[in-house]
Parts: sequence; C-alpha cells; structure tokens
Amino acid sequence: MDNMKKVPVREQDPKVRATNFDEVCYGYNKEEAMAEAERCLHCKNAKCMGGCPVSINIPDFIQAVKEGDFEKAYHIIGEDSSLPAICGRVCPQETQCEQLCIKGIKGEAVSIGKLERFVADWALEHDIKPATAKEKNGKRVAVIGSGPSGLTCAGDLAKMGYDVTVFEALHKYGGVLVYGIPEFRLPKDKVVAKEVKKVEELGVKFEKNVIVGKSLTVDQLMYDEGFDAVFIGSGAGLPMFMGIPGESANGCFSANEYLTRNNLMKAFREDYDTPIIAGKKVAVVGGGNVAMDAARTALRLGAEVHIVYRRSETELPARAEEVEHAKQEGIDFQLLTNPVEILTNDEDHVVGIRCIRMELGEPDDSGRRRPVPIEGSEFDIDVDTVIMALGTTPNPLIPSTTEGLEMNRKKCIVADDFTGLTSKEGVFAGGDAVTGAATVILAMGAGKTAAKGIDEYLSNK
Amino acid sequence: MYKVSNARMLVDKIYTMDVEAPRVVAHCQPGQFVIIKVDEQGERIPLTICDYDRTKGTVTLVYQTVGTTTFKLSELKDGDELCDITGPLGRPSDLIDTPIEDLKKMNILFVAGGVGAAPVYPQAKWLKEHGVDCDVILGSKTKDLLIMEKKLAEVSNLYVTTDDGSYGFNGMVTAQLEDLVENQGKKYDLCVAIGPMIMMKFTALTTKKYGIKTVVSMNPIMVDGTGMCGGCRLHVGDEVKFACVDGPEFDGHLINFDEAMKRSQMYKTLEGRALLKLQEGDTHHGGCGECGEDA
Ligand SMILES: Cc1cc2nc3c(=O)[nH]c(=O)nc-3n(C[C@H](O)[C@H](O)[C@H](O)COP(=O)(O)OP(=O)(O)OC[C@H]3O[C@@H](n4cnc5c(N)ncnc54)[C@H](O)[C@@H]3O)c2cc1C
Ligand SMILES: Cc1cc2nc3c(=O)[nH]c(=O)nc-3n(C[C@H](O)[C@H](O)[C@H](O)COP(=O)(O)OP(=O)(O)OC[C@H]3O[C@@H](n4cnc5c(N)ncnc54)[C@H](O)[C@@H]3O)c2cc1C
Ligand code: SF4
Ligand code: SF4
Ligand code: FES
Repeated sequence: MDNMKKVPVREQDPKVRATNFDEVCYGYNKEEAMAEAERCLHCKNAKCMGGCPVSINIPDFIQAVKEGDFEKAYHIIGEDSSLPAICGRVCPQETQCEQLCIKGIKGEAVSIGKLERFVADWALEHDIKPATAKEKNGKRVAVIGSGPSGLTCAGDLAKMGYDVTVFEALHKYGGVLVYGIPEFRLPKDKVVAKEVKKVEELGVKFEKNVIVGKSLTVDQLMYDEGFDAVFIGSGAGLPMFMGIPGESANGCFSANEYLTRNNLMKAFREDYDTPIIAGKKVAVVGGGNVAMDAARTALRLGAEVHIVYRRSETELPARAEEVEHAKQEGIDFQLLTNPVEILTNDEDHVVGIRCIRMELGEPDDSGRRRPVPIEGSEFDIDVDTVIMALGTTPNPLIPSTTEGLEMNRKKCIVADDFTGLTSKEGVFAGGDAVTGAATVILAMGAGKTAAKGIDEYLSNK
Repeated sequence: MYKVSNARMLVDKIYTMDVEAPRVVAHCQPGQFVIIKVDEQGERIPLTICDYDRTKGTVTLVYQTVGTTTFKLSELKDGDELCDITGPLGRPSDLIDTPIEDLKKMNILFVAGGVGAAPVYPQAKWLKEHGVDCDVILGSKTKDLLIMEKKLAEVSNLYVTTDDGSYGFNGMVTAQLEDLVENQGKKYDLCVAIGPMIMMKFTALTTKKYGIKTVVSMNPIMVDGTGMCGGCRLHVGDEVKFACVDGPEFDGHLINFDEAMKRSQMYKTLEGRALLKLQEGDTHHGGCGECGEDA
C-alpha cells in the first residue's frame, strides 16, 4: 500500500445514505487501524500535538495502536480528552492535529481523528472504564449545561472527588451533541448516551428540565442549595436571522429549530410525535457545520437541497469532510451568492428565495476577502423551505439573572483563560458561552481548564 | 417525579390536572408557562400555569384537546406521571412588577375567551390577594363550554357572555366590552386579553377604538422555550420578538395577528394526521384518500 496515502475509511454509499439516518462513516476496523498507525513516524518533537487544542499525546497513543494495545491507547488519550469517540468524529482535524502532521508535507497526514475514533469505539464496545473517582471530599459543584464543556468539567471534578450535579434545560443530556449534530454524523445511543453514562458512572448526578435563570438562579444554587462553586457551560444557542423580507413566512426556519425537531425530537422517526416540514425543495443559507448538517438532514428527509453561501468554496467554515460528503450526496452549492428576499404566496408560505451574486473584494476584519454584491445579478431559486444557518450567540438568560457576572460586547461571559473564573466569586464558565460558537474540542478543553480552576479555588478556600 | 393528581374533564374538550413540579413551583409567577412532554416519543408543548400550590409543590394546568399531545394528556389518570415538565418559562405578567399603589388606582379589565379563562385566573387571583379590584369578561361559545366561572367570580367582578346567548350576556366578548364602556359608563386603563388568537385580535381592535392600553398573551408554536429555536418568533411593531423569552405577553396594538395566525396553522395537516392515527390506529392511512402526499 502507498505509504504516502491514508488507509481509506469505509463509508456508506452516497446514494444509499442519502435516504437514511445511519452513520455515514463506518470507521476503521482493527486491521485498518493498525495499518494506518504504521504510517506514523512517532516523531520526537511531534508537530501534530501542537495542533490539538488539548494536546493529546498523539505519537504515544498511535504507538499503542501499532502494538495492538488499544486499552493502553485509550488511557493515553484519556489523560487529555474525556470525549474521544465524539472528537474523533467531529473535530475539524484537517485544520488542527492533521494539518501539522509531518507526513502531510509530502503526502497525506496520518488519520489521527479516525484512529482516535477507533480507539474510543473499541473502548466503548469493550466497556473499558475511565480512571475511577477518588474518595469524596464533601465539596459540591453545580454544572450548568450538559454539552461537551459541562460533561468534561463534571467528569474531571468527580474524578478529583467533588460531589457534582449537572443541571440541564432540555430533557436530554449532551447539548449540541444531541440537539444539533445529526445522527448520521454522531450516533446518539451508540456514542453520546454512552459518554454521558460514563460521566454518570463517575458519580455525577444529572437533573434535566432545570433552566437556570428561570427555574432558579446562580445565586440560589450557591446560597439556597449550598453549592460551593458553579460552572456555566450553557453554550451559544441563540439563532441569528438576516432581517430580510419574508423571514417570518411559514416554511422558513432557523437551523436550530429544524435540527432540534429532527435530532432531539426525532421527527424523522414514525414513532415520535413531533412534526417537521421537511420541504421538497430547500435552500439552506450559510456555510458552516450547522448549514451542512441542516442541508444533509433535509436531503435525507427527501428534499432537493441548495446551499446558499456568500463567500467562495475556500472560505466555507464547515469541516472539509462534511463539505465533501454533502457534495457526494448531491447537494447543490450556490457559492458567492447571498439571499436578499424570501418570496411568499398569499398564504404566507415560502415559494422561493431571491439571491444576488457576489464577488470577493478587499479583506475584512477576519482577514477573509469581503463579499460584495454584483449589481443587477439577482435571480430566484424555486424552493418551498428556507433554513437559516447563519450562526448563533450565547443565551443571555443566565448573565441577565446573575448579578456581578460580566459579559462582553458579543454577549459572551467573560472568563479567565487559565482558570475559567468569571467576574463573580465561585462562578466559572467555559465553552461556547465564553467563546461564542466554536468547536467540541475547545469546549471540552475549557471544561477541563475550569475543573482545574475550581479545584484550586476550592482547595484554597 | 412529575406525578399527576386531580385530573378531570371540566367541560367538553377542556381538561385540568395538577402536576408535581417542585422546581417550577418554587419561583413561578402569574403569566408564566411550562413546557411538558407526555412520554418519551412525545412532542414538547407549552401550557400556561393556571394556579400553583407552593406547599404541595404542584402546578395546575388547564388545556383543550386539540392534537396528539393534549389528547394523550387527557388520558392520564391520578397517579400517572408526566415524562417531562420544565419552567417557569416566559416573563411574568407586568402587573407583578407594577407598584401596588399604582395598581389600586387603575381600572383593570381582563377578557378571557374559551380555555383562556384559565390563564386569566392566576392574574386576577394575584390582584385580589394584593387588594386590587378588577373586572373580568368571561366568554364562551355556549353555556356548556364555560369554565372557571365560580373561581373567577371569587376574585373579580365577573361578566359572563356566550356567543349564542344561552347564558349571561348575549354576544361575543367584544360586544360585552362595548356594552360596558358605552352603556355602563365603565372606563379602563388596562385590558388584558387571553384566548384564541382571533378573539385577541378583535379585542385589541375594540380597545384601540377606546384608547385602552391592551396586553395579549400570544401562543405561537414552540419547541424549547428558552430562545434557542426561534420557532416562536413574531412581529411586535417592526421588531422580531421570541414569545418564549420576550413574552408571552405583548402590546396587543403592536402585534401582527394575521401573520401570527398563519404561522400557527403551519403544522395543521401534519398534526391532524398524527392525531387521527393515534385515535384510529393505522386504519386511517390509505382509507380516506384525502391526505395524499404531505402538505
Ligand atoms: C449543528 C451543529 C453542528 C456542529 N458541528 C460541529 C463539528 O462538526 N465539530 C465541532 O467541533 N463542533 C461542531 N459544532 C460546535 C459544537 O457543537 C459546539 O461548539 C459545542 O457543542 C459547544 O459546547 P458547550 O458545552 O459550550 O455548549 P453546548 O453544546 O451548546 O451545550 C450547552 C448546554 O447547556 C444547556 N443550557 C443552556 N442554557 C441553560 C440554562 N440556562 N440552564 C440549564 N441548561 C442550559 C443547553 O440546553 C445545552 O444542553 C456544531 C454545532 C452545531 C449547532
Ligand atoms: C405560552 C403558551 C401558553 C399556552 N397555554 C395553554 C393553556 O393553558 N391551555 C391550552 O389548552 N393551550 C395552551 N397553549 C396552546 C397549546 O400549547 C397547544 O394547544 C398545544 O401545543 C397543542 O398540542 P397538541 O399536540 O395537542 O396539538 P398539535 O397536534 O400540536 O396541534 C393541533 C392543532 O393546533 C394547532 N396548534 C399547535 N400549537 C398551537 C399553538 N401553540 N397555538 C395555537 N394553535 C396551535 C396546530 O396547528 C394544529 O392545527 C399555550 C401555548 C403557548 C405558546
Ligand atoms: S481531539 Fe481533535 S484535534 Fe485533538 S487529536 Fe483528537 S481529533 Fe485531533
Ligand atoms: S506528526 Fe504525524 S507522523 Fe509525527 S507523530 Fe504526529 S501523527 Fe505521527
Ligand atoms: S420556543 Fe424556541 S425560541 Fe421560543
């Protein structure tokens, strides 16, 4: 086999998978994983680690895979990551660890993500338990939100001996992992639920249907319920709209609503009650992971799907693998295109989307070339459903009900990079609530940092 | 958790139950609502908190059976459990934050239509407990569909009206409102209207005529109730608001009712089919020839 190329990973055929919600990528089996591991040079000064936000010891875990000692590999990853089965699936590897891999200079980078996923799946299958908790130290921490940041913070604190309770607003645990990212990319029962169960097995308590800021406040958690510290991992769940005409029409949704109905509420399954208007012809506005997920969900529900994105292909913020998969499945990309109006009929239902072509101008604040409209280039796409996937901002519910909790201009909670401490004593925060919409691995990393910060704070108290 | 008690039918298609929900009860206020899910496969639906008992830790829900979830709810008996209930959601009624002295100087009118009588009750009761008088117009299609008459009479000056004249005043709530203002010399500073969208629309048109400030309680389709999905968005004047976090009560003279009514019809066919399937089993499908392809 060509040592310069990745061992290919088996995937569901695009034509078949376009009609089901089963996982697209099958992952490596034992032989494939060991063959891929052979490609790693076990570099002394491993560049790849610098690209991983939590600095997983990549050469060592891959070495263990080479030797066929998957349990050892799992524990090496476990030192830095608590959700490897998830990150191995959804990390934007091509811009992180794999981008810096030395093998990538002349050929293809080592498939670090796929190897990580293999090890994690193997551990899930063989029911390998993570390191167990120390004796309880009697101190109590409340974690708000059960997304990757909250789960990680809770798990780490439990391992240190804290008595932790996670409060979740929704009726299921996992945050974006359950309501946002679809089943075909991240299986809910097979992966997410099992990762949550692992955290539970560390002794963490979970309480669903509690909306902090409504059901009770952060201060009440500390003073009435006696928690010694609080971690806020409430994510960035507020959807943005464009403010163009027709956005209130029937058939126009935020990606959050569309995905929540389908993922959390399982509208795609006959045995669930939640309805979804799948649409026959769908336009998805945006170019991030959220847009790809909404588009591929609509496709699986039977629609013809167009992605409308105002910049060019190179600027697409989604993971390269998702863009590739979306194309294979037959999604049409209208790049350098921006919507100007959603067209409606007498019943106020969507009947089309009017767009304008764009060209790239001077670089903007983000360093990317700013798209500018080409005058007179308007055209209509005939659709019955429009899904807005323009990004999200943090929910103000907690900051607005917590005195002394500082927010920045972008409505994000201000927290220290090294401890997660906020402007309020005993209150820590991390993940999308602090950074704005980012990635699973960064949220997880922030949860780890805050767990250490909380431990230091409570040890010195 | 979430145990059901006092479950019973009030009148045709309108039911009530108490649900054990200590976290909701601890801090809820009149005007707020909960989101419930009956079972694992169920849909999340919003229902107003119609009363609450802080010592027992229960909230009272009053609901009309319109679709799958409310139908499933109506089949629950005392001792059964709800799968999920969360809240209190939405902003409490503005009355709660108004100084009592100011409230005492105001002439306040509630207009309650159909099942809307239930959400009016906790607000009127709260005013009564704080020594503030109010008038309530309670309307329904016909005498047999009237609910909460006795309870509302205990906490307000009650004016009952039926569309068909079978009981109380003869006419719609708006006719009763006109009669009070034009023939009985009533003056109001604030009107709070809760009921079907169409009733709130016409009540707001009527009060506009008299220059009475009007608050309506909007009930758009919701999913999460925390501001996350945007499904509950509506236009208030030029602004887009999310009913679950910015409402559910809004200025009735600024709401775009026509848009809101169209939005609430969005899932009509889909849900109608789901309910038929629940009531009639799979026999419905393929039987009527009406549904054809998905709308
Ligand atoms: C559709 C979609 C696809 C994505 N794809 C990828 C991907 O491929 N790769 C990647 O790395 N990242 C991806 N992301 C981003 C990633 O999922 C997020 O960055 C990450 O989940 C953030 O984690 P978090 O713990 O900060 O918050 P979240 O995952 O948002 O979790 C926050 C939790 O807190 C709960 N909560 C909020 N407010 C309250 C409250 N007041 N009280 C109690 N609970 C509350 C919420 O219900 C939620 O469960 C995607 C995001 C979306 C939406
Ligand atoms: C803040 C708020 C408070 C509410 N309080 C109460 C209450 O106290 N008592 C009560 O009986 N109802 C209340 N509602 C309305 C209630 O949520 C709906 O009747 C319920 O969602 C219907 O669910 P279903 O599954 O039984 O019917 P579905 O199968 O979901 O729907 C059946 C039919 O009702 C329509 N519909 C669905 N949801 C709504 C809605 N929110 N408003 C109007 N029409 C709708 C559908 O288009 C469909 O035609 C409230 C709604 C909101 C938003
Ligand atoms: S966690 Fe993400 S960035 Fe780190 S090694 Fe794994 S896939 Fe790469
Ligand atoms: S840089 Fe590439 S080859 Fe080197 S240790 Fe990392 S994964 Fe292996
Ligand atoms: S119900 Fe989802 S934003 Fe209001």
